[in-house]
Amino acid sequence: MSKTILFKRPDALTDRELTYCPGCHHGIVHRIVAEVIDELGIRDETVNIAPVGCSVFANDFFDTHGIGAAHGRAPAVATGVKRARPDSIVFTYQGDGDLAAIGTAEIVHAANRGERITTIFINNAIYGMTGGQMAPTSLLGMKTTTSPYGRDARREGYPLHVSELLKETAGIAYLERVAVSSPQEVIKAKKAIKKAFLAQINDIGFGMVEVLSTCPTNWGLDPVESISYLNDKLKKEYPLGLFVDKVGDMK
Amino acid sequence: MAEKVMVKGNEAMGEAAVRSGCRLYFGYPITPQSEFTEYMARRLPEVNGTFLQSESEVSAVNMIYGAAATGTRVMTSTSSPGFSLMQEGVSYIAGAELPCVFVNVVRGGPGLGDIQPAQSDYFQATKGGGHGDYHMIVLAPGTIQESVDLIKKGFDLADKYRNPVMILTDGMLGQMMEPVEFPEFVEPDDLPTHSDWALKNAEGENARIVRAFNIDPVELEELNIAYQKKYRKITENEIIYKEYFMDDAEYMFVGYGTMGRILISVIKEAREQGIKIGLFRPISLWPFPYKELKKASEGKKAIIDIEMSEGQMIEDVKLAIEDSSRIHFYGRSGGIIPEPNEILDVMNKIIGGDNNV
Repeated sequence: MSKTILFKRPDALTDRELTYCPGCHHGIVHRIVAEVIDELGIRDETVNIAPVGCSVFANDFFDTHGIGAAHGRAPAVATGVKRARPDSIVFTYQGDGDLAAIGTAEIVHAANRGERITTIFINNAIYGMTGGQMAPTSLLGMKTTTSPYGRDARREGYPLHVSELLKETAGIAYLERVAVSSPQEVIKAKKAIKKAFLAQINDIGFGMVEVLSTCPTNWGLDPVESISYLNDKLKKEYPLGLFVDKVGDMK
Repeated sequence: MAEKVMVKGNEAMGEAAVRSGCRLYFGYPITPQSEFTEYMARRLPEVNGTFLQSESEVSAVNMIYGAAATGTRVMTSTSSPGFSLMQEGVSYIAGAELPCVFVNVVRGGPGLGDIQPAQSDYFQATKGGGHGDYHMIVLAPGTIQESVDLIKKGFDLADKYRNPVMILTDGMLGQMMEPVEFPEFVEPDDLPTHSDWALKNAEGENARIVRAFNIDPVELEELNIAYQKKYRKITENEIIYKEYFMDDAEYMFVGYGTMGRILISVIKEAREQGIKIGLFRPISLWPFPYKELKKASEGKKAIIDIEMSEGQMIEDVKLAIEDSSRIHFYGRSGGIIPEPNEILDVMNKIIGGDNNV
C-alpha cells in the first residue's frame, strides 16, 4: 500500500513541543518561517538568532544552527555571523519588547547598514514572557501590569511604529506589516517572509516582516476574542501594508 | 629574525592581531585607543579582512559574540567606559564559551573620568565585571613588545580554552612609541577550525545551538561546574609573571603593566643608594600568580604594591601573601602616574618604619 503525505511538519522545525500559549500566533509564524526555509532549500546555511522573550526557546524549535542573543541584541549578533560567514543565511526572530524597546539601536543600524540579514518582528503590543507589562507598542488606554490604569500618552508616550520609522532607512530592501489571523493572511505573510529572505539571499539589503500577533494570556482574552481585538484595535493603530519592496517578482 | 620598527602601542597591537590571523574587528572609537580602531579600518581590507564600526560598544560586543560563534578569530579594542558597556556581552561570550580577544586601553575613571592612563579597571577585568560566575583570561603587558607578544598569546589561549581573553593595558602603553619586532604572519587557513562546535554550514548534520541559557537549574549548575573545572585548568597552566633584581632582594615591589616598568627605574636608583629591592610583576592578572607571589615574598622585610589606582590588585597581593603586616600600598589615580622620585620617597619611608604611607 502506498501512502501519500498530504501534510507534515516542515523539515526546518524540530519535533519539540512548542512552549507557546493556546491561541498565540508564534506557532503559526514559526511554521511559515520553517516552510520558507524548506522551500528555499537553505536549512544547512541558516542561522537563527533567538531573542529574550517568549521566543527565547526558538533555537530549540527551528532545526537550523542557532544562537541565543541578549535582550534586544539579535541584529548585532546576526551582523557578526553574517560578516564572519557571508555565505550564511541569518535571521532574527524578535518580539516587540526585544526589538522596539531595548533593541531599538541595534535594529535601526542593522537596517540602515543594509545588513544582509532578515528579521521577523512579532508585534503583540505587550511583554509576554515577563507577564504582561507595557511595551512601547502598547495601545493608548491599554491596561497592562505596568500600566494598570491604561497607557496614558502624557505619561508613557505613544505606540511606537517601528516599520514606519525603518522604512526611511536606505538599507531596507523589503519591509511589510502582515497578520496571521486568517488563512488568507497566513498565505500573504508567508509570501512576505519569503521576500524578506530573498532580500538577503539576492544580496539586495535588509529584510523585515512585522507580524501583528495575539497574546491571549496577557491580553486577558480567549483566542477567538484575541483575534477580534487584533482585527479591531491593533490593525487600526498598525495598518497592514507593504512599505518597501526592492526584491521585485519572485522567481 | 625580523627587524625592529618604531611603532605606537595601539597600532602595534593592531598589526600583531593581523599577524595572529585575525581578520575580523568590530569596534567603536574611544580615546585613548582610537588609533587601534583606525589602524584596523585601513589594515584589514589589505588582507581581505572585515572591519566594521558599530553603533555602540554594546553592539560591538554582540557582533563579536555572533562572529565568534562561527569559530572565526575576532577582536575589539576599547577603553574603560567602552568596556563597561561590553560587560553584558562578555558574560554571554564566557557562558557560551567562545574565543575572542578584547583590548582595554584603560583611562581614568569612574564615569567619563578622563583620558589619561590608569589601572583602575583591575577589579572589572579580573573579578568578572558582568553577571555570573565567569572569568576572562587577563594579560597585562609592560612594554609595547610585550603587548605585541601577548596579542598573539591571547588569541591562542582564547582558542585553546574557548574563553574570552583581555589584554589589559593603559593609555600610556597605547600612546607611546617603542621599537618592536613583529611575529611572523599566521594565515587564517592554518588556525584551529573548531569544527566540533562552531556554526559552519550544517551540511545535513544536526543543528547546533550556541547560547548562555539553560532554564533548568540542575543543568545550569552542571555547566557552571564545568566552567570552574576549565578555570582551574587555566590556573594550573597559564600563570605568567616576571621577577627582577630578586636574587639578593631584602625588599620587594609588586606592580603590573606601566607601573611595573616605572618600578624598574625606581629599583635601579634605589640600588645605587644601597637598598636591595626587587620587583614581582604579574603578567597574567587572571589567573593571578598567588603561589608564585607568596614564594617570592618569603623573607622579604617589606612588600610594597604600587598601582595607578586607589588600590585594587592589592587585594590579590594580600590574598597571596596573607601576612598583611609586611604589605604596603601606594597608588595615584585619576590618570596621574606616580613618578620615580615619589615612589623612592614612599619606599624610604616604609623601610624607615613610617606606617603613614
